[in-house]
Amino acid sequence: MTEQEFLEYVQSGGQVETDDWMPDDYRAKLIKFIEMHGNSELMGVLPEREWILRAPTLQRKLALTAKVQDEVGHAQLIYRVVEDLGKPREACLEDLVSGNSKFHNVFHYPTKTWGDVGVIAWLVDAAAIISQKALLKCSYAPYARIMKKICWEESFHILHGRDVILTMMNGTDEQRELVQEAVNRWWGPLMQFHGNPIAKEDDPMFVWRIKSQGNEEARQQFLDGYVPQIWELGLTVPDPKLEKNGEGVWEYTEPDWAELKHVVTGHGPRTAERLELRRGTRRETEWVRRAVLAEAA
Amino acid sequence: MSGVYEVFRQERKGQAFAHAGSVAAPNAAFAEAYAREQYGRRGESVALWVVPRDAVMQIEEFVDELQRNYHRVDGYPLKEKLKEARERAGTTASADS
Amino acid sequence: MSERAQLLLPIADDELVLGWRNSEWTGIAPFLEEDVAFSSIAQNEIGHARALYQLVADELGTTADELAFDRSPEEYRCSRLVQLRLVPDWARTIARHYLYETADARRVDELKASDDPEVAGLAAKIDREEAYHRMHAQMWFDRLRDEPRFVEAVEELQPLLASEEREEHTPEFAELWEEMTMVRRSVVGATW
Repeated sequence: MTEQEFLEYVQSGGQVETDDWMPDDYRAKLIKFIEMHGNSELMGVLPEREWILRAPTLQRKLALTAKVQDEVGHAQLIYRVVEDLGKPREACLEDLVSGNSKFHNVFHYPTKTWGDVGVIAWLVDAAAIISQKALLKCSYAPYARIMKKICWEESFHILHGRDVILTMMNGTDEQRELVQEAVNRWWGPLMQFHGNPIAKEDDPMFVWRIKSQGNEEARQQFLDGYVPQIWELGLTVPDPKLEKNGEGVWEYTEPDWAELKHVVTGHGPRTAERLELRRGTRRETEWVRRAVLAEAA
Repeated sequence: MSGVYEVFRQERKGQAFAHAGSVAAPNAAFAEAYAREQYGRRGESVALWVVPRDAVMQIEEFVDELQRNYHRVDGYPLKEKLKEARERAGTTASADS
Repeated sequence: MSERAQLLLPIADDELVLGWRNSEWTGIAPFLEEDVAFSSIAQNEIGHARALYQLVADELGTTADELAFDRSPEEYRCSRLVQLRLVPDWARTIARHYLYETADARRVDELKASDDPEVAGLAAKIDREEAYHRMHAQMWFDRLRDEPRFVEAVEELQPLLASEEREEHTPEFAELWEEMTMVRRSVVGATW
């Protein structure tokens, strides 16, 4: 098969398996994309795990532990896919902690209150799930298959998030204030999450049918689904321009794309601290991997 | 990475075991623990088969140079013959198959 | 407080605090598969604590959450072993896991033999889940038995099993309680 034939093949819905021939560029882009996803699941654990320890009821403690466990499980599934494409897990983790590879913007920010716990599970996870559902149609079949399990597991995360938020909104003024304050802080990163609005045809991820959805399409889907949910609780969104126009398209203040780039290249408010935590625990547990798993491939 | 074990899961009794993914583990005991966790902690499987990757033989090239179809359903297109036979017997007016 | 409550509360406290300590490894365990497995064990422990607290709560006219979170630090009756902060030391973590599960198996067996059907019934359920914990602990013990630091860790922690001290806490317990209850205390009486 030539590269052109391969392109036509994936663009007409063709599926690719691990041992199939694929163009070098496709393989490279695939590895980078999937690796970033794995990195994000793993880094996403860090802002949330402290709150497991602080959960105010046993039910919430269990739910949050299970949610974070899922995310670690997702990282495992994802890095296995990358490994079968040719990059060993240890190499991915080394690149992550040394700052050589990226993870999604939202995981570079601090969590400050229990309000954040709710907002992350309700809105940040929702934004992620929209992208994840679009990956169910990925041309690379092993990745599409794990996305099925990932999406299934994420279904309780959103319900848990909504439950936490609704309970607080039905609670005291202080609790409602915690939620509003968290929404105010997370709105910026949420709007940046799906990436700057590059046209589908210019996005190699879409051209190779690794992604089946453009960035702006994902963002619109998010706004369509969740702004009504936010407003119906009496919460506000810190963007005076946010509204749905006559053509059913959401208009909003242009997100700060420079900030997004700055953050994902390793300069977020919590980036350094979190990578250092990972480096530290990796060092401390190196002996375990040597004792239990063979040396890295 | 050391051993990789492939995991096949059965969602409900009576269904086929389908490939679900793989876990890295040094031996069968660890592989069992990890397969249970990754593919059973939510009650999503009633059974698992856990197999060292090396034990899985992959076969994907099948040769059929002479286009044999005598032993397949698509080797028997009967629509035209049936139409002709019905017309001869005067048993059909419409062009159903 | 009844004899039953006095019997069950320390066990519940043990499971709560151990589950809390084990969940400190979430996301930073030595490798991903183990992270997922160990998290299930932590969840089971919290679940056991909840069920045990519930039995006591029904008797005292309160809730499991109130028993778990609203007591003052001095009122907890957990063992010294479970209070220790062991992250990021995997050798000591697994040593504790192994020692605790072995001792807990005996404790649960006694509860299974209780005349009280509620206690016996719950103990049987707990035991079935802990079979998995024991399997996991044994698996690690077999793998690490020749590692000097693991052998040292078991030797260091073993004596704590014999300790009956449950009223005086280790220095780190205060910090644990602080973190465990901070959100709950931030809006007293609220529903979360």
